[in-house]
Amino acid sequence: MSEKIPMERHNYDVLVIGAGGAGLRAAVEAREAGLRVAIICKSLFGKAHTVMAEGGIAASMGNVNDKDGWQVHFRDTMRGGKFLNHYRMAELHAKEAPDRVWELELWGALFDRTGEGKISQRNFGGHEYPRLAHVGDRTGLELIRTMQQKIVAMQQQDKKEHGDAESYLKVFAEVTITEVLKESGKVTGAYGYRRENGNELLFEAPAVILATGGVGKTFKITSNSWEGTGDGHALALKAGGNLVDMEFLQFHPTGMVWPPSVRGILVTESVRGEGGVLTNTTGERFMFKYIPDVFKDKYADNEAEADRWYLDQDNNRRPPELLPRDEVARAINAEVKAGRGSPHGGVFLDVSKRIPAEVIKKRLPSMWHQFYELAGVDITKEPMEVGPTCHYVMGGVEVDPDTAAAIGVPGLYAAGEVAGGMHGSNRLGGNSLSDLLVFGRRAGAGAVEYVKGCQSVKVSDASIKDAAERIAAPFKRTGGENPYTLHQELQEITHNLVGIIRTKSELQDAIEKIAAIRKRIENVAVSGDRLFNPGFHLSFDLDNMLLVAESTAKSAIVREESRGGHTRDDFPVMDPKWRSQNNISSFNGKEVVVKQQKLPKMPNELFDLFDIDELEKYLSKEELPNNAGVRS
Amino acid sequence: MSKRVKLRIWRGDSKTGALKDVEVEANEGEVVLDVIHRVQATQMGDLAVRWNCKAGKCGSCSMEINGKPRLACMTQVANFEEGETITITPLRAFPVIKDLVTDVSFNYKKAMEVDSFTPPAGLKAGEVRMAQVDVERSQEFRKCIECFLCQDTCHVIRDHEENKKSFAGPRFFIRLAELDMHPLDILKNRKQKAQAEHGLGMCNITKCCTEVCPEHIKITDNAIIPMKERVVDVKYDPVRWLGSKIRKREGIV
Repeated sequence: MSEKIPMERHNYDVLVIGAGGAGLRAAVEAREAGLRVAIICKSLFGKAHTVMAEGGIAASMGNVNDKDGWQVHFRDTMRGGKFLNHYRMAELHAKEAPDRVWELELWGALFDRTGEGKISQRNFGGHEYPRLAHVGDRTGLELIRTMQQKIVAMQQQDKKEHGDAESYLKVFAEVTITEVLKESGKVTGAYGYRRENGNELLFEAPAVILATGGVGKTFKITSNSWEGTGDGHALALKAGGNLVDMEFLQFHPTGMVWPPSVRGILVTESVRGEGGVLTNTTGERFMFKYIPDVFKDKYADNEAEADRWYLDQDNNRRPPELLPRDEVARAINAEVKAGRGSPHGGVFLDVSKRIPAEVIKKRLPSMWHQFYELAGVDITKEPMEVGPTCHYVMGGVEVDPDTAAAIGVPGLYAAGEVAGGMHGSNRLGGNSLSDLLVFGRRAGAGAVEYVKGCQSVKVSDASIKDAAERIAAPFKRTGGENPYTLHQELQEITHNLVGIIRTKSELQDAIEKIAAIRKRIENVAVSGDRLFNPGFHLSFDLDNMLLVAESTAKSAIVREESRGGHTRDDFPVMDPKWRSQNNISSFNGKEVVVKQQKLPKMPNELFDLFDIDELEKYLSKEELPNNAGVRS
Repeated sequence: MSKRVKLRIWRGDSKTGALKDVEVEANEGEVVLDVIHRVQATQMGDLAVRWNCKAGKCGSCSMEINGKPRLACMTQVANFEEGETITITPLRAFPVIKDLVTDVSFNYKKAMEVDSFTPPAGLKAGEVRMAQVDVERSQEFRKCIECFLCQDTCHVIRDHEENKKSFAGPRFFIRLAELDMHPLDILKNRKQKAQAEHGLGMCNITKCCTEVCPEHIKITDNAIIPMKERVVDVKYDPVRWLGSKIRKREGIV
């Protein structure tokens, strides 16, 4: 390819990479403050992975049970994360989530309603009260469409006022960003290419917000769409940022297991929230055997009480099917390993015996559809087969909680799944959509404040040349590695060696094998030209996924305990020593390096929200401040 | 249990192209998108196809399979006869970029032309009250995953490029109906605008859009026909027509 590749040059105040819930919310905030904003979508506008969120958005509006409040939500979030969350993020999230949900209504969202006409809220794993605002089981679609339409509304306003809809807020669809650019230690923009034709793009912008979502495609069985290739995680590492606690991956307990082509597709937790029960092949409702000590006072240990809870939540404990996701995933894994699994290697999840068919179709329409069309199963009549699927990464870019600024990289921000800290070692269902909006808005506001104090930025010709050369490289090699094959090999490694249950020897093996693939990707060659070429696109995704997998494996091998989304066969229990430690990954240009860092200390007023008996289950004596916590 | 399937895939760009025959393995339960991916990974590394979720939720993998507009992720290979060749072509109503990927920017332009949701001034966050029964009508249309299969199949634009300028298409008729029925939206002239600016009158209710909708939205019965009926009411009822002229009402609710 000797012909000159065209390069477009753009200049903005804020560049948002990612057009899911977090990216769009950040863009709205920055535009409302009067800045010029560009939004990068890796796929078409409105297709982001947010669209796949099903169950709902957690916010303590108290519409169904008025005992709910931010303090209760905060407590549940910290418990769910096994006290490894950044307390400040969990606090901001719990306090601001209701405003973010209500604001969606003013932008046109139509949530399901209570009898009084308020936003309805449903039960979900780990949430003490019904807390998830929802639209059937397609809440993510409602969120993404509302945000998309809000962006269009702002563009229409700009057209009225400035004559051009895209003068202040422009969406660049089907663009891959390959590099965040810096000069003298500060962010100056980003470089990438149009997926449609391979033409290159330079964005000069003093602030760049990463909102690129997760890393699921690193794994073989995942609920994530193709976009979940850890782009923002890798961009941040390469720009000098840190990733925090990348060992924590959430395996959602209920993915489809059959047929093979749909393996991993999400079966919403709402199925259990609405009364679905898990059974093994002997018909046993097995979750009663798997209630951990820390949750014994909150979860029913017998069927009668669990069933009564659906009618009277004040006087009964919750069914154990609604334990946090890490607990349920491990339980399913154990049942299958013990030979009590379903024919296709999962367990049974059944709503048909508890809920009338018409109610199932109304409350869980896309689940009905999904099983009927893809598996030939009618969930109103028969049970589903389900098993764990890689769903969410709790780890992510280390940020300042209030502004979402990436630590160590002036001008870089991160919000949503790509950011770390908020969910600790395990995320509660419903806390992701609210996270997107709360921290998307904060990242937008953080970038606005930062840009106010900035001069205009300029990217040097040398940086442009380097970035362009990296994009051209895969075409210059011939007879090299096939990117699809390498991707499959990486997925096998992560699935087999860094999966739901881990051991030291396997992790060591994984680290060596990932390093070997890293060598081989230097040799990736792609056929064809730059016109919409998926092999070419994958070669960049692959580079990102490898960095993420390396960070995950290296963090997992040092954390010698089991907590949340990190289970070590050789260290099967929580260790209070590790409760106070974050694993911080950085990149030295050659490999990922992991070091430990102490968690920030929670202020006393937040300690006081907990019962001291509960705190003692997680924290060592030295960590508990004097007189903190309430003795019941 | 894997078997061989025969595919005939359109390959080309905006200028030229042709159908190419390939054979590929298919496993039990697989959908057309699975076998396209296998072709991509093993035989045609640069075969262009859009997809995201592979679960029927994002509406990216729209294409024509044996001439029918469908989502490739929701089309089972087992639905075809043993030995049958499955022909896979790009959406016909939109210009080809490459292979199975088309330029769907038409739809984003049309989205920009629909007046946005307009709530009453002073509406306060957290104070909204709406009955479930009132939100349900619009909720049906908000199930739309923007796969644009309805746009692709609609004969007003499928082979009539010249109509695209004045016709928004079924996707945007349900958007207009959604806003028209939205309990909080205060713009009163949406039906009239649908007729005057978005080409509602060009639809002659063949229901092709409803047939291809993967979300089973009753596009024609629940959105297009009710809007048409009420536009006609105003337009042809002499008393209401006069009323609308005299009082300069923006529209009739």
